[in-house]
Amino acid sequence: MSQPATFGPDTLTIDLAAEADRITQRIREYLTTARRRGAVVALSGGIDSSVTAALCVRALGKSRGFGLHMPEQDSSPETINLSRSVSDFLGIDSVLEEISAILEAAGCYRRRDDAIRTVEPAYGPGWKSKIVLPSVTNSDALRIYSIVIEAPDGTQTRHRLPTEAYLGIVAATNFKQRARKMLEYYHADRLNYVTTGTPNRLEYDQGFFVKNGDGSADIKPIAHLYKSQVYGMAEYLGVPESIRTRPPTTDTYSLPQSQEEFYFSLPYREMDLCLYGKNNGVPREDIAGAVGLTVEQVDRVFRDIDQKRMTTRYLHLPPVLVEAPLEP
Amino acid sequence: MESQVTDELKEFITSMFLFGDEARLPEETDSLLETGVLDSTGVLELIEFLEERYGFSVDDTETVPDNLGSIAGLTQYVLRKTGETAGAA
Repeated sequence: MSQPATFGPDTLTIDLAAEADRITQRIREYLTTARRRGAVVALSGGIDSSVTAALCVRALGKSRGFGLHMPEQDSSPETINLSRSVSDFLGIDSVLEEISAILEAAGCYRRRDDAIRTVEPAYGPGWKSKIVLPSVTNSDALRIYSIVIEAPDGTQTRHRLPTEAYLGIVAATNFKQRARKMLEYYHADRLNYVTTGTPNRLEYDQGFFVKNGDGSADIKPIAHLYKSQVYGMAEYLGVPESIRTRPPTTDTYSLPQSQEEFYFSLPYREMDLCLYGKNNGVPREDIAGAVGLTVEQVDRVFRDIDQKRMTTRYLHLPPVLVEAPLEP
Repeated sequence: MESQVTDELKEFITSMFLFGDEARLPEETDSLLETGVLDSTGVLELIEFLEERYGFSVDDTETVPDNLGSIAGLTQYVLRKTGETAGAA
């Protein structure tokens, strides 16, 4: 990546054609090594899964791509239409696997609501919720999760989460990503395909995934791309505009939730520049100027990046063996 | 009182986060966050310990590194809060 004279969004500009060729070559190499015939992609209607699917189709052909639509009862109503627009655009086979029944049977919703009721005893049918973090840029406060609860009359309250409730809500909600991955592997095994992971660089670096859920995959073709670059790649590959203009969302909790509320310090364009700047030793003053923050605010974002790397390091670790049982 | 609070905090941190390994306990002024002792879940557990052990509520505006980020900072924070509690009573 050549470095423009002034640090800013153009710093992240890459040769998209060359990068698409590099990624598709790597996908083909991996499938040859793995002796699998194609790739399964879980389509969320978001930018990352859409670009991952488009790259797989470019690498393997549309007859070797397979899409899964896996909404559940808390998914946004527009999710299924958006994800179908991607499989239609790519011309790949896909199936709808509505996962609410699996989640119901696993106790996902009941366990989550039980955990929420330790904070708001009245929580039940008709109520909605999401968990949120305080802003990094507005205060020096440690980032401690709160839950926002909306009663059926629309009244919202916010409560700082005790440890047990926080862990209980996250553990129950993680059933969603794990149920989806279970179905991805079912279809991959059935078709003799590989599964794909769709994290971008921000998500991979900052541990924004569920271990053995969306974090589990045979190949993660865009994990090295900053989110801005993923948007650039989407445009290059012709991904539908409705996908490219959809605000990033977790689409996991019953109340609408931005990725900044739930996880990242800043909107993705600014977060990209802070992470790139931190990784590449760009002076903090230059980063601050590029993202419209003070140097002190950039320092807070850096601390949050380090904190997330430390907290989520476990997610990246392979299983620990006391002694290697296999010959190298 | 100060040394007692410090000792209690060290005992809690060593027991809860370090599996009893006192050698890994940071210096009193070292950052518990930057040294990797406390992560976000650890901060929640620490807040619950403070509230339960010392009988005060940790306000959202008080969850800052100056108060919770080191053993020395925690000690002073507990002393201020328990002083306020006694004063209020």
